[in-house]
Amino acid sequence: MPKRVETVVLHDSSTPVLGDVEKAGSVVITTLDTVVNQVRANSLFPLTFGLACCAIEMMSTAGSRFDLARFGMEAFRATPRQADLMIIAGRLSKKMAPVLRQIYDQMPEPKYVISMGACASSGGVYNNYAIVQGADQIVPVDVYVPGCPPSPDALIYGILKLQAKIKHGNQPKNFKDLKIVETHPRHLEEVKA
Amino acid sequence: MEVLKDIVKPLIAGFGITSKRLKHEKVTFFYPEEKREQFPRTRWRHVLTRHEDGLERCIGCSLCAGACPARCIYVAAGENTDENRNSPGERYAIRYEINMIRCIFCGYCQEACPTGAIVLRKDFELANYSRENFVYTKEMLLEPMPVQP
Repeated sequence: MPKRVETVVLHDSSTPVLGDVEKAGSVVITTLDTVVNQVRANSLFPLTFGLACCAIEMMSTAGSRFDLARFGMEAFRATPRQADLMIIAGRLSKKMAPVLRQIYDQMPEPKYVISMGACASSGGVYNNYAIVQGADQIVPVDVYVPGCPPSPDALIYGILKLQAKIKHGNQPKNFKDLKIVETHPRHLEEVKA
Repeated sequence: MEVLKDIVKPLIAGFGITSKRLKHEKVTFFYPEEKREQFPRTRWRHVLTRHEDGLERCIGCSLCAGACPARCIYVAAGENTDENRNSPGERYAIRYEINMIRCIFCGYCQEACPTGAIVLRKDFELANYSRENFVYTKEMLLEPMPVQP
């Protein structure tokens, strides 16, 4: 009987995670995966991380009227080591971008990112030198929520979309297929020329 | 006596507050099952409206694109002919695209529109997985044809 090899990858958070789940696919493992995905989707811990005005709506989502705890997001975690979900709430300035990247790297796998609002998702009205034109240039984003700011129900809709994605077993994108694109207007002109 | 003072008394005080709060009105509304009634002036997803006879209101003047602070609207206008009539005026929009993720839902396009073609309705469920899905084309924005009597 051939031995199934499962590699254990040590991540920066020093949490051992089963690697190569796809290669070691068997009926038992896939069924287990469904259960694991259900558990993951229904116990996401968001990170207390607000960048700008969208954070007010994020706090309101966690409040009693909208009650994010109904979806298993009882506690906003103050440390990235204990969080799985980063809600980028607000415009991401170029000065903040390395900090955001570091916090993202400190989160244990599996980790998910929601880009909340027009500014975090694309830059919004701030098409200038100071704001990153889309947080997906810094971290891989799973769900984009448009709005300025998105109302708590719009954010909850985005979270439900993310839960649906996790339940279907979509792992967040790797760091490898993340391309950092410089979209400064001057740079674009140079590319065209 | 010490037990009564240290344990029972705070317990009664604490559960007293809990039982008082139980009588209060419940404030949570259960979003995916029941939807909150949006405020009358809520601005969310855009819709391109039609006249009662089915012709588009949009005349392709690009005033909405000029008024947009986020520069997220693109309008390409074309001439109406008698065979291909899309709007009552001379011109109509061949392409009408809104980058929904850059839009800040300020409603300036609605204010700028001379014919009242673009309106912001209350459909807020717009979240999606990739940025390409957020460029809403004219087909997605246009109202369905009115039902002919």
